[in-house]
Amino acid sequence: MSKVERKVRLIQGNEAIAAGAVYAGAGFYAGYPITPSSEIMNDAARLMPRVGGIFVQMEDEIGSIAAVVGASLGGAKAFTATSGPGFSLMQENLGVAVMGEVPCVLINVQRSGPSTGLATKPGQADIMQVRWGRHGDQTIIALCPGSVPECFLLTVKAFNLSEKFRVPVVLVTDEVIAHARQNFAIPEPGEIPLVERKSPAGPPEKYRPFDAEEDGVAPLAAYGGEYVFHISSSMHGPDGYSNNNPDNAIWRIKQLHEKIEMHRDEIVMTNTYDTDDMDVLLVACGATTGASRAAALEARRNGIRAGVLHLVTIWPFPDREVKELAGRVKKVVVPEMNYAGQVAGEVQKVIGPDTELTRVNKYNGQIITPRDILEVL
Amino acid sequence: MLQKTGEKYLKEGVLPHMWCSGCGIGVMLGALLRSFEELGYAKNEVVVVTGIGCTGKADDYLVTNALHTTHGRALAFATGIKAVRPELKIVALMGDGDSVTIGGNHFIHAARRNIDVTAIVNNNFNYGMTGGQASGTTPGGKLSSTTLYGNPEDDFDISALACTAGANYVARTTIAHGWEMQQLIKEALTKKGFSLVEVLSPCPTNYGKRNKMGEPLDMLRWLRKNCVPSDAYAKLGEAEKEGSFIIGKLCERDKPDFNTRYAEIQEKAMSV
Repeated sequence: MSKVERKVRLIQGNEAIAAGAVYAGAGFYAGYPITPSSEIMNDAARLMPRVGGIFVQMEDEIGSIAAVVGASLGGAKAFTATSGPGFSLMQENLGVAVMGEVPCVLINVQRSGPSTGLATKPGQADIMQVRWGRHGDQTIIALCPGSVPECFLLTVKAFNLSEKFRVPVVLVTDEVIAHARQNFAIPEPGEIPLVERKSPAGPPEKYRPFDAEEDGVAPLAAYGGEYVFHISSSMHGPDGYSNNNPDNAIWRIKQLHEKIEMHRDEIVMTNTYDTDDMDVLLVACGATTGASRAAALEARRNGIRAGVLHLVTIWPFPDREVKELAGRVKKVVVPEMNYAGQVAGEVQKVIGPDTELTRVNKYNGQIITPRDILEVL
Repeated sequence: MLQKTGEKYLKEGVLPHMWCSGCGIGVMLGALLRSFEELGYAKNEVVVVTGIGCTGKADDYLVTNALHTTHGRALAFATGIKAVRPELKIVALMGDGDSVTIGGNHFIHAARRNIDVTAIVNNNFNYGMTGGQASGTTPGGKLSSTTLYGNPEDDFDISALACTAGANYVARTTIAHGWEMQQLIKEALTKKGFSLVEVLSPCPTNYGKRNKMGEPLDMLRWLRKNCVPSDAYAKLGEAEKEGSFIIGKLCERDKPDFNTRYAEIQEKAMSV
């Protein structure tokens, strides 16, 4: 990449996400205010009309994600942001985006729960809700930034993946990352390639909105063009009309899963730090990434060779990457801001029940510190 | 003059439809499709958005654009489409359970927002699809599968609700008033801003059967007898007003719709 002079400035995680969405070409935001995601909404309200886009403050989160899906089918890149209770409310219509194969981006800034919980404090207890929050057989792509620059970069990536694979993508952050400020230079237009959904090319009368091509993805038209089409939350055939045939249901459910499975290696992203010679592996995502890196550096000063695996993609879970690195060390540690060890459970599944796993769980609404992690190293 | 049939918007080979004998939804859908044809709408400039329930099945009969969504949320999906595609005609087809019971919040806010969407509500006073449970429009005292001893709650006046919330156009009609229904639907479709046509409709299978109107024609006769234009309604005594419905155009305004006002917002934002 050629060197470009860019202006570095101090930017907040939520602000970086809104800027990333605009960079990615977002033309529609619908949302409902909720802490700690509100700055994304405020920025969207300011920025969308400036770039010719639309911002709608909806009556609730159910309507917000519904409007996002509608706008996307109208041809716009559309997004929303929420947190905790709002994310719960969005699940049903996020399922419509899965079933109808509608590209969109949903940002969930995790906060402490359950229920209203510690409303302004961080948590990482939505990892499983991101994956399994909707009823029925379905799958999802979820990305988990570990820094403010990654908030920007992964927002752009989330739009790109959602457009490419015709899926909703969840960007999972937490209150710590959302409100952290770091130096960042917003890339110039064109520096990061942008992906647009595949449009149909054949004769309009032959267009079927769920006829997947070889890459597992069907082209998607926009309402109002020459292609007339049906999108449905009900089980449907390739033409989008209701279809209750059992064989059709098998085809449909498989297709929804397979289009993600067949591109697994392109979707799953991880970062590694000091893993070449490590004896101890720290597996981190979101706010625990920075704390783990600081803990690993400090441990090395004390003669413990620690390394960090940052799960940039949290779903599909980076199982092969975890397995490969965990196989090289004497000890695996998973720090996370929840009681049950939602990430640790997945790691355990990968490394097997007989390999010991050290968990660091904090669920008092406070961030996991490097000291919390050092205590178990 | 050759009558418009609306057939060109109907999917081939799907008739007879799935609705019960005496149900009003097919009649309402027919009026909508004839309206499309009379107004000269192309299939690709219309998006019909549906929710869940008997009325929510309507999209499967159509060859216009369609989005079949979740229970109660059709108007919220429709809002997103309209916001980015102001040139399209967006119709949300819903029942009474869909529009003002589970979806009541979206209903009042779509009217308040004055989004240029036409809501057509088939009000048959109960949840037909799930077996005749009471909805937000089941009148007080009436019987349903969940109000076996009479409904302890009163019903919403859907039209009054939309009018109060800020809709630009509100009309009530019935399945027993076919020609009028079509004229009102056409007027609603051409009106900019949020418009509602509430269509009172028979459900002999569930609501009628439990309320002494079990034959397919009984509810139609009941609608004919109890629905009156506003001038005739004004002449009724207090006792007669109870249980009667005013039909016709109930409310009309010309406030700028959401998209018009948002275009001004864009202009302001770009000049800052």
